[in-house]
Amino acid sequence: MTLTSKTATELQALLQKGEVTAKEVTEATLQTIEQHEEKIHAFIHVAKEEATKRAEQLDQEAANTRGRLFGVPIGIKDNIVTKDMKTTCASKMLEDFVPVYNATAIDKLEAAGAINIGKLNMDEFAMGSTTETSYFGNTLNPWNTDYVPGGSSGGSAAAVAAGEVPLSLGSDTGGSVRQPAAFCGIVGMKPTYGRISRFGLTAFASSLDQIGTLSRTVEDNALLLSVIAGEDDNDSSSSAKAVPDFTAALTGDIKGLKVAVPKPYLGEGVDAEIVTAVREAITVLESLGAVCEEVELPHIQYAPTTYYVISSSEAQSNLSRFDGLRYGYHTENAENLEQAYFRTRQEGFGDEVKKRIIFGTYAMSADHHEDLYVRAQKTRTLIAQDFDSVFEKYDVVIGPTAATTAFKLGETGGDQLVHYANDVLAVPANLTGRPALSIPCGFVNELPVGMQIMGKHFDEETVYKVAHAYEQATDFHKRTPSIREGK
Amino acid sequence: MTTFSKEDVKYFADFVRIGLSEEDKENFSAKIADLIESVSNLKEVDVTGVKPMTHPVAMINVLREDVPKDILDREVMLASAEDQEDGLIRVPDIL
Repeated sequence: MTLTSKTATELQALLQKGEVTAKEVTEATLQTIEQHEEKIHAFIHVAKEEATKRAEQLDQEAANTRGRLFGVPIGIKDNIVTKDMKTTCASKMLEDFVPVYNATAIDKLEAAGAINIGKLNMDEFAMGSTTETSYFGNTLNPWNTDYVPGGSSGGSAAAVAAGEVPLSLGSDTGGSVRQPAAFCGIVGMKPTYGRISRFGLTAFASSLDQIGTLSRTVEDNALLLSVIAGEDDNDSSSSAKAVPDFTAALTGDIKGLKVAVPKPYLGEGVDAEIVTAVREAITVLESLGAVCEEVELPHIQYAPTTYYVISSSEAQSNLSRFDGLRYGYHTENAENLEQAYFRTRQEGFGDEVKKRIIFGTYAMSADHHEDLYVRAQKTRTLIAQDFDSVFEKYDVVIGPTAATTAFKLGETGGDQLVHYANDVLAVPANLTGRPALSIPCGFVNELPVGMQIMGKHFDEETVYKVAHAYEQATDFHKRTPSIREGK
Repeated sequence: MTTFSKEDVKYFADFVRIGLSEEDKENFSAKIADLIESVSNLKEVDVTGVKPMTHPVAMINVLREDVPKDILDREVMLASAEDQEDGLIRVPDIL
């Protein structure tokens, strides 16, 4: 078994005992990345020199001061700022942007001894579901390179699935961690809104964005979240709630646990093979002692449009900071300040970003504000109330993560409207702020299928507990894409 | 069927200072019309008496003393700007 086929937890055991050095792990990681990148292009920047230097420094640390992720390589979605390392958001607008500070999540990773191995590809400014809107070219799915890895954290999911890194960070505004995790056959968690500081996460839609964690096993995921969660003075929306050690929740005992399965999640718009895979997964949970019942969600069909109006409206405000003056791309063709704004944005932003900003401006305009933006916010309340009622009686809500397996490259042209059925499944966790995790639960035509487990606010422990119990009872997580065997 | 003309595209793009080519206007006109059409289902929802939800988790606004802090050194902050002089960002002519 090679070093890069090991989980973060397995690597930790070896590193802490001194059976392997951080430098050896880093060298093996960089070598694997070099082997696979030509095929999948998960990285925008591989931090070869920085990571090697950091590993050498870590190896000097005394054994009793080593953190929980000592020497573990991790990839970072390129919309999370890293001091002295380019952060591009996969946009020409930030092609040469080098941040002067770290995101809080990055500071916490460094304090725990993790090694940032580089920055991962994504849809431009996290807008998309396929990683095809990246200015630096798309990422491909390690299971079959004719297919997309999902988006917008497509690079983060593909790098983990291909064995390039055991862990990665993504961001999830409307399913952008969970859907690529499902398409790439790995574990992806969007925690409760506020669980992880958003300081240093480039804002797309502030009331929906959350940093998320990707890994090959539930245990690794719980470990990573335990390290980066917690209150932050730099983010007033981060939660003061105590952060438990999420790995302690992995008991395997889910007897008597109450599981809600929304009828619309297994109905029209979801591929029949996906429904079959999730129904089989529910049978596994029942065999472990969980009580599963179908429930209604009366307003769920409005979730995608609610999400689209709110996210675009917030984006048009957040992206106004890109003016070409303070940082980022700067046009050479301006005679005055106004031209500088217009031309910088014309040349710096891609089509998907421009479209959403213009639509968001329309939704926020005086004539449409009440009928679109405020109406979407009220509909958000109704969707949240539907879920509140379900969570009064049930511990978790389960369904498919996505309505289909991965799309073929170029199949959707990155068009958001095509993904309506997926959004019904993914965006409620963001609209309501709840934690939700995707875990592999089957394969259709050799492409992975994901099951989504949503929990109560700040109850990531139960989500992990269910996911871990399911993972131990099945072997989907043990299958690996053939790319990892050098094919 | 919803329409969103090239003039509409320019009108809203002007608010947010985004320059567009004629081809862009044509392209976005159709795409944004589709978007507006797709979100029109929100009109079916009975939102009478419903309060808008602005934040996904209930929070209480906690205030603190407004004490200025030096978070980053001025030179460090200016390092990302394309054009600077005497500790300030230079911008093109305003008029």
